[in-house]
Amino acid sequence: MTRPKLRIATTSLAGCFGCHMSFLDIDEHLFELVELVEFDRSPLTDIKHCGPCDIGLIEGGVCNAENVHVLREFRNNCKTLIAVGACAINGGLPAQRNHLELGACLREVYEFRDGLSGGQVPNDPELPLLLDKVHPIHEVVRVDYFIPGCPPSGPTIWKFLSDLIAGRTPRLTHSLMHFD
Amino acid sequence: MTRRFMFDGQPVAFEDGQTIMEAARAAGHFIPYLCWHPDFPPHGSCKLCIVKVGGRHVSSCALPAKEGMEVESNTPEINAERRALLQMLFVEGNHFCPSCEKSGNCQLQALAYELEMTSARFNHIFPDRPVDASHPDMLLEFNRCIFCELCVRASRDVDKKSVFSLTNRGIHKHLVVSAESGRLGDTDFSRDDLAANICPVGVILRKRVGFAVPIGQRIYDEKPISQVSMEAEK
Ligand code: SF4
Repeated sequence: MTRPKLRIATTSLAGCFGCHMSFLDIDEHLFELVELVEFDRSPLTDIKHCGPCDIGLIEGGVCNAENVHVLREFRNNCKTLIAVGACAINGGLPAQRNHLELGACLREVYEFRDGLSGGQVPNDPELPLLLDKVHPIHEVVRVDYFIPGCPPSGPTIWKFLSDLIAGRTPRLTHSLMHFD
Repeated sequence: MTRRFMFDGQPVAFEDGQTIMEAARAAGHFIPYLCWHPDFPPHGSCKLCIVKVGGRHVSSCALPAKEGMEVESNTPEINAERRALLQMLFVEGNHFCPSCEKSGNCQLQALAYELEMTSARFNHIFPDRPVDASHPDMLLEFNRCIFCELCVRASRDVDKKSVFSLTNRGIHKHLVVSAESGRLGDTDFSRDDLAANICPVGVILRKRVGFAVPIGQRIYDEKPISQVSMEAEK
């Protein structure tokens, strides 16, 4: 009897897609993986909304209103939600703006930067509103597991996912555990 | 006759005046710590070395070993408490390891690996403590301070310069430089001081060597801290 395939959704919030690149670094394990899972919403499928899933992988922290909506959609649909990488876990690089006042930060980039004269802070209504602080995802929704690293290596992601898919408690051995 | 106590169910011999930490280490047992240092008297502030003796929590770095004690250290309960202490240290500072020059050589990070701390769990405080780059050879990144006072003690007791001290209390506690300007460049601090080389985390950093050893090839990338720390015992 073949086991029904697990459904996995992935997204990048305030991240650089480095964790997704690292996910692709599991190389030939991708062949094993597609035997066991199918992808729902993900940059890999271009499906725009997340349906009911077994596993959700979130890269990146929460820096704007859209990130909050996407993160909640994932939490509502995924049985197991996993924070992948430094930004999802502690805000990471985007959160290094947290000690600056947001307005000043935007004006510095769009108005005062060298070579920018007459520039304005973009305010198109299509653009999601920025939050005043960047948050790790566990400050917004309940998170079941965390895979640290910037990014976590391919072998780290594979160890974690293969444990989880096989029904074992995922565990990272010393060489797979990195915050950098 | 040698006197012994039980450490995680195994007999450990000790001599008069030895603390639980010293006796356990001499017998090859690692106990996590951040503020303890073999060359200094116990400080007892980080509480990472807590163990349970007769149902009570004690600092193993400070408590003298006694005949017949039953000490619990490497247990799920105590390790969960240690993990919570680490998590509080992580959210109190700004520990963005990927951009930290100490990453891979840092004892806070290495203990987080050792105790399988995958997230900081609490809400991050994101403090804003300005960096001091006024000294020609050294840099101070106050956002990573864990208040172990190793630099304070080394500068005062060994270097005889008293360059550093802690000020304020509770969440407002922070490290300060003893100069009228408050800047390191206005002290007689030298990169050869013990205090310049004792920080277990990425606060007191030497300039111009940052990533000379690449990330991935550093002390705790190669081996867990429980192993590295015990090699010093041999
Ligand atoms: S001091 Fe240690 S824990 Fe803090 S950012 Fe640097 S490497 Fe990470």
